[in-house]
Amino acid sequence: MIPAAFEYYRPKDMAGVLSLLEEHGDDARVMAGGHSLIPMMKLRMAEVPHLIDLQDVGGMTGIEVGTDTIRIGAMVTQAAIIDHAALAVAAPILREASLQIADPQVRYMGTVGGNVANGDPGNDMPGLMQCLDATFVVVGPEGERSIPARDFYEAAYMTAREDDEVLTAVTLPTPKGGHAYEKQKRKIGDYATAAAAVQIVKEAGACASASIAMTNLSDTPVFSEAAGAALVGSTLDEAALNAAVAAMLNDIDPSEDNRGPVAFKKHVAGVILRRAVTRAWSRA
Amino acid sequence: MKDEVTREERVDNLKGMGCSRKRVEDARFTQGKGNYVDDLKLDGMLFGDFVRSPYAHARIKSIDTAAALEVPGVLAVLTAADLEPLGLHWMPTLAGDKQMVLADGKVLFQGQEVAFVVAEDRFAAADGIELVEVDYEDLPVLVDPFEALTSDVVLREDLVAEDGTLPDGAHGPRKHANHIFTWEAGDKAPTAEVIANAEVVAEESMYYHRTHPCPLETCGCVASMDKVNGKLTLWGTFQAPHAIRTIVSLISGLEEHNIRVISPDIGGGFGNKVGAYPGYVCSVVASIVTGKPVKWIEDRMDNLMTTAFARDYHMTGKISATKEGKITGLQCHVTADHGGFDACADPTKFPAGFMNICTGSYDIPTAYLEVDGVYTNKAPGGVSYRCSFRVTEAVYFIERMIEVLAIKLDMDAAELRRINFIRKEQFPYTAALGWEYDSGDYHTAWDKALKAVDYDGLRAEQAQRVADFKAGKTRKLMGIGLSFFTEIVGAGPVKNCDILGLGMFDSCEIRIHPTGSAIARLGTISQGQGHATTFAQILASEIGLPADSITIEEGDTDTAPYGLGTYGSRSTPVAGAATAMAGRKIRAKAQMIAAYLLEVHDDDVEFDVDRFVVKGAPERFKTMKDIAFAAYNQAIPGIEPGLEAVSYYDPPNMTYPFGAYVCVMDIDVDTGVPEIRRFYALDDCGTRINPMIIEGQVHGGLTEALAVALGQEIAYDDMGNCKTGTLMDFFLPTAWEVPNYETDFTVTPSPHHPIGAKGVGESPHVGGVPCFSNAVQDAFRPFGNTHTNMPHDHWRIWKTANALGLHG
Repeated sequence: MIPAAFEYYRPKDMAGVLSLLEEHGDDARVMAGGHSLIPMMKLRMAEVPHLIDLQDVGGMTGIEVGTDTIRIGAMVTQAAIIDHAALAVAAPILREASLQIADPQVRYMGTVGGNVANGDPGNDMPGLMQCLDATFVVVGPEGERSIPARDFYEAAYMTAREDDEVLTAVTLPTPKGGHAYEKQKRKIGDYATAAAAVQIVKEAGACASASIAMTNLSDTPVFSEAAGAALVGSTLDEAALNAAVAAMLNDIDPSEDNRGPVAFKKHVAGVILRRAVTRAWSRA
Repeated sequence: MKDEVTREERVDNLKGMGCSRKRVEDARFTQGKGNYVDDLKLDGMLFGDFVRSPYAHARIKSIDTAAALEVPGVLAVLTAADLEPLGLHWMPTLAGDKQMVLADGKVLFQGQEVAFVVAEDRFAAADGIELVEVDYEDLPVLVDPFEALTSDVVLREDLVAEDGTLPDGAHGPRKHANHIFTWEAGDKAPTAEVIANAEVVAEESMYYHRTHPCPLETCGCVASMDKVNGKLTLWGTFQAPHAIRTIVSLISGLEEHNIRVISPDIGGGFGNKVGAYPGYVCSVVASIVTGKPVKWIEDRMDNLMTTAFARDYHMTGKISATKEGKITGLQCHVTADHGGFDACADPTKFPAGFMNICTGSYDIPTAYLEVDGVYTNKAPGGVSYRCSFRVTEAVYFIERMIEVLAIKLDMDAAELRRINFIRKEQFPYTAALGWEYDSGDYHTAWDKALKAVDYDGLRAEQAQRVADFKAGKTRKLMGIGLSFFTEIVGAGPVKNCDILGLGMFDSCEIRIHPTGSAIARLGTISQGQGHATTFAQILASEIGLPADSITIEEGDTDTAPYGLGTYGSRSTPVAGAATAMAGRKIRAKAQMIAAYLLEVHDDDVEFDVDRFVVKGAPERFKTMKDIAFAAYNQAIPGIEPGLEAVSYYDPPNMTYPFGAYVCVMDIDVDTGVPEIRRFYALDDCGTRINPMIIEGQVHGGLTEALAVALGQEIAYDDMGNCKTGTLMDFFLPTAWEVPNYETDFTVTPSPHHPIGAKGVGESPHVGGVPCFSNAVQDAFRPFGNTHTNMPHDHWRIWKTANALGLHG
């Protein structure tokens, strides 16, 4: 559990980060909280000859809650999300989900940016951000660009971010309606056996819109547009729930691991989604 | 001289037995001031670490160390070829087998030690490991012991003669090249006959999965050979430092007086730190070769994947009874998966430990047990993880067989236990498989437990829950887990308990200082049990000096008397007895001194709390403090100066703690998630030395029981790859997963132990595992479940529900 030797950098600004990335190419990686990258390096599954710590780069720890949009800096920790009163009102699902990530010690170090940028299918934030239709802001040698969360994930640890780009912020429209983040895990600190992020808008007793994303049930987070669509217009009766679950199951592709075989994961995914939808509806 | 302190206050001042004295160890542990082996830093100390096999079974064609030796800071790379001239490429195991120290031509399990890289620091060692090139040739892998017993693949060529015959193993004839031993207890033919003619017979096969003790601190050592004076000092995480010294002497050829073994603070052992590991041997050799101290510390993956596992017992049972439920016979067969080497840590004559306690707490007239040990391509071990030798397996077996029989009889499992308990008046009770249970009062404990949880009320609630479930009103089932266990601890009488010929006595040496304080040294070693607290309490009550004035020291073989160490709940039954007996020697001499000082005959004074008083004249007395001083400053005719004593205690019998546990669990049928609503634990460990420490031990043992029952396992795939090598997949519960425990007790002292104490550290684990498991199984009993194997993690519980058609 000892990593190979690496050079450690702690630049003071983003320009310094970008020049290091340019100099070392894919031999360099940026690190935010380090909770995914450091274990991979210790297991020698990731070899990072040049490690760039973002801690001293300013401007990425802010949370701005506007009327219509929310902006969260990449270096905001999960603990900071949990503690932010205005955010808890504007987007309570962020707090509900953050409280289900790992344990308090990890949440004091783990960041939003690291969680979404790493591309680990076990992480909770990517699915959550897809549910909320968030946009990731990245900066690179060509300047800044925005990538929708729903287009960001290509495969496990493979994302639309280029090697010389750094994810600096997440923006999202202020969520509307009822929310729920439902997660089954074996123990504290574990990745999800199955998790569902749900945001539902109710109008005149019927579902006006529904957004659903699933975690750790494919090699990427799964935004299930069809599952959400199956609920729209319904009163969330049994038939609508069944249709949503069926649509979701069509979109996920879980694989067997120590948490259980595929049949179990699919079954639990359905149960978890049902519970999440029901809870979100009760809050809508 | 008027005494102004009441007798009650004098008793309180001692903080002796029965007092919830705060743990004296905790000041340093809670401040991060413990001194663990990895805290040790010596001048010029080197660091060694292993190249480990990625394969479970492979031949080694070549090892190239040249590139590793080029790494700055790497000083040496040891392979079996380097150890062979010293005769150290293999080492004896505690089970009478031998084990490769470094791979000798082949590897038998994933993670096996192949080469030892010695470097100036652990970082250089890690880089060196990456560059050692080992050329492996795959061999067929055997992970299933049943397959191993019929396979043509020979795992241990060293145990097959050149003509193809099989020499006897350490425990007699072997049936197959991959077979280690057959061990029997009880009466085979009579048991078969009783079962064949019984009114009711229940049968079940169960697998007690492989798991691991996983102490928070992994195994490690520092070896330091002083070439000037020829002395070797070995610090390490040893649960049995004296035995380690003897073993090191026997295998290294160093004279035993030139070896000093020191166990510093140890961060949990649970059986994992009893045996000898290749890391110890390699560190010693590396220190001899380099002339510098060498440290070896496992990382978490090394610990989980290579040092001693626990369980891995495939058990098949038959239990017979009358129609009314009176048990008449029990039969058990075990196929025991020992991995690539037989490195179990059992008393030598007991290759399956005390599995023959498997008749449990019940008066079963006829029984037979047969255990077959088998080699497979898994890590060696088979230690007693928070239990006496194989007792968790035995108790799990009988507590499941009782449940299975209750189902067959359509009887309440609590009632079935009650009508079969050994009755109070039957003690001392000789069980069908040979053990003599010292004392017990099972009915009283059982009735107290059932009343405490309102057992009948729970059953009524459960029946209502089943009705609600069937009516579609709930998706949660309720399980009531019962367990009544009898432990067998305190190994043990030298006449039948030894390890590599070393009798399993233990010892205590006491020195009283002139001012009335004391130091006592024991042959045991605490790994968190709180010996420095509790042994001082035993002494306080025995010799009348305050526990706060008594230092307890263990773990340094140059200063402590010889003993077999701490595991199998043996410290209180054996070393605790030695402590009391040594204390009584002190008291006997103190009595003579007191009589001299008081100018009366020895028989005219009697001990009273902290003093000797003249019989019938309590105002005439000498305190133990007075007596201690007199022992050093007065010339007393016929009495040597000083006040010291030593006792080596060979217990006449084992002790038999017992307990009654009840667990109430709600199970989400759709997700397989269990929720422990209530856990009640009644323990009878005989005389209670420190109730607070007992409660802490019960909490810890139950938590490890919860872990094992609900998810903790060492699992392998078909290629022998360990799938659970990190704490991501190996379940180690945190405060979050642990319920509130309700603890309770009865007191049935051991009749043969000097203070009547029986030991408690492992009882909650032994009794807890079947209790948690029975709760899961009981929830599904109304739907036709008889038995499912642990661990009951989410998906396996879900699978049970699914198989019973509960998912619609």
